[in-house]
Amino acid sequence: MTLGLAKYQHLAVSFLGRGALRYERLRQEAKLKRKGSWKSERFAPPLSTSPRLKELISLHYLKGRTADERGPVAWVTSGAPVEFLVALGYYVLYPENHGAVCGIRRVSEKISVHAEDAGYSRDLCSYARTDIGAALSGETPVGRLPRPDLLVACTNICQTVLLWYQVLAAHFRVPLVIIDTPFLYGEATERDIDFVRKQIEEAVAVAERVAGRSLSESRLMQVTRRSKEATELWLKVMETGKAKPAPITAFDEFIHMAPIVEMRGEQFTVDYYRAMLQELEARVRQGSGAVLRERKRLIWDNLPIWPRVRWLSEKLADRGVSLVASTYTNAWGELADLVDPEHPLESAAKVYLHPILNRGTGHKLATMEKMVRDYQADGVILHSDRSCKPYSIGQMDQRERLGTAAGVPALLLEADHNDPRSFSEEQAASRLAAFFEVLEA
Amino acid sequence: MSDAASIRALGIDAGSTTMKMVGVDAEGALVWHALEEMDPRIEAQAERLLDVVRADGCPDSLPLIATGYGRRLITRADRKVTEITCHARGVHRELGHGGTLIDIGGQDSKVIVVSEEGKVVNFSMNDKCAAGTGRFLEVVSGRLRMPMDAFADTALAADGEVGISSTCTVFAESEMISLLAHGAPVERIVRGLHRSLVQRVSALARGAGLRPPVMLSGGVARSRAIRTLLAETLRQEIVLPRHPQLMGAYGAALLALGA
Ligand code: SF4
Repeated sequence: MTLGLAKYQHLAVSFLGRGALRYERLRQEAKLKRKGSWKSERFAPPLSTSPRLKELISLHYLKGRTADERGPVAWVTSGAPVEFLVALGYYVLYPENHGAVCGIRRVSEKISVHAEDAGYSRDLCSYARTDIGAALSGETPVGRLPRPDLLVACTNICQTVLLWYQVLAAHFRVPLVIIDTPFLYGEATERDIDFVRKQIEEAVAVAERVAGRSLSESRLMQVTRRSKEATELWLKVMETGKAKPAPITAFDEFIHMAPIVEMRGEQFTVDYYRAMLQELEARVRQGSGAVLRERKRLIWDNLPIWPRVRWLSEKLADRGVSLVASTYTNAWGELADLVDPEHPLESAAKVYLHPILNRGTGHKLATMEKMVRDYQADGVILHSDRSCKPYSIGQMDQRERLGTAAGVPALLLEADHNDPRSFSEEQAASRLAAFFEVLEA
Repeated sequence: MSDAASIRALGIDAGSTTMKMVGVDAEGALVWHALEEMDPRIEAQAERLLDVVRADGCPDSLPLIATGYGRRLITRADRKVTEITCHARGVHRELGHGGTLIDIGGQDSKVIVVSEEGKVVNFSMNDKCAAGTGRFLEVVSGRLRMPMDAFADTALAADGEVGISSTCTVFAESEMISLLAHGAPVERIVRGLHRSLVQRVSALARGAGLRPPVMLSGGVARSRAIRTLLAETLRQEIVLPRHPQLMGAYGAALLALGA
């Protein structure tokens, strides 16, 4: 495509697209305001910020369609330091988020099959299969994914990403930066932090070279400040779930977390969570719960079962069960305190060493026990995710300890976050039914 | 049975291989029961069993609770309750104490940790793989043309054991055939097959946080070989209720009685 045509197409898509998305948001907002337009026996009406969320996500992918015609593009893992990329003007794509979009839209299986046909085993994480399948086939529910100029993989979530990103690097023939974060069994040492900081500095140098511009210190500080602010707000958003009844469920958070994961460091993300928090606080004051007739409160562990988020949320709500918190959504808020905008690289090293998946299983257990107390939960659902081994390991023991130490029952629910073939509705339903009986006994 | 006149509540367990119905008197004692192979027309079969109990002299319109896989199809039931709760209730009433209940059914196996008061504390289910269920024994004994009782006796009489390494029913079957072809003694293979089921169930039990005593229910509990090997593997004595197969239906009837 010539540059002129690309520009024209970009203008057309982005101008018309933006207009259409904005119109759709206004329409949805007006609809939500109309009295009596919401008819559900299970749930409170959606937050009035929901149409804005939809617009933000759609806009993000809309920009992505032509992003590679306009500037540098990076594909990164969900736990990778992203602030320096945003500050350098990269369009950042999170294949894991794109995978989740495919899961929610129920096309992840179809897209994964392209990877499986190419020889990738079904034992491989379903995000990796969805992403590799999308890269190989060009199939995606969001129109088009921009070609990356740079890949950044950080091992703080798992080792799968190490090989997955090597596959991408070979496919796209672009540089891959790996940031290796030592696993933390206890506290991070100075050496750990230094080791990661040096790697981030090297990553910055590569990203500068690929982008053809140098990183502005003040811009990085600004992005980091916004990132911290958004993270703090997100934490507060989740903490409103401590109220009884909870004004928000983890199912809502699974959807509303998109900006904090993939649009961290942007002002509109900060504004979005500020508006959301205000609305949730108002709901707490009014005593209105997300699940009508909340009777029991549960904590969720592990990734969502994307293709079944709705089914599961309805199943729980039917019994008056509200999912008041999750270790998964919490992971994007719990490290807010560690972010220091005055020392962006140093603090990034610390922050990106500490995600829940880079720490021992004892830490996760302690996190869940604290959640049970803080959120006055009656039990825990441990999603045993066939794809995500690092998240699922230890759940057998965690379940037992939750019973003995925290005094709440826990259910092991076997599924997969993105592969519907590893989920049996009948079996899940019968386990849930038995678990509800235990909760109510 | 002719105590049907004293029945005050009924429980039906529509399992994957058999349907059971139990009647309890005002004190909650098991006074009547029926057990049949599962008919694919679950609702009609339940109706038929209700006719039988009525013909025996059971009063009309008694409270009824259904459990088991087919429970949703039994529209006559006042309530549907899962097997987990029902088995725990039945066994606790029958034996008078808590512990770890292992239920090996035709199509799945469950481990239920029961408190001293009879409440379910924790449970684990194997519903992903036939190798830990009664179906496994059915398949391999059928292949050897041995009736269930003879199959168990053969295992217990064996003077040794051949390890079965396959983790899948179908592959265990072909492994067995190739062992036979290599001249391994049948009794030892049979014992190895029992061991493989017992090991899977034991792992499930340990994962649920085993609390003694170990109690056993479900159709497979009738196998002496399974009981002996399970006691050996778990190093625990196994306590058996009088009618292990009826515990789900009994628990349902007790719940219906409000006892
Ligand atoms: S294995 Fe787990 S942490 Fe790794 S990419 Fe897959 S879902 Fe994410």
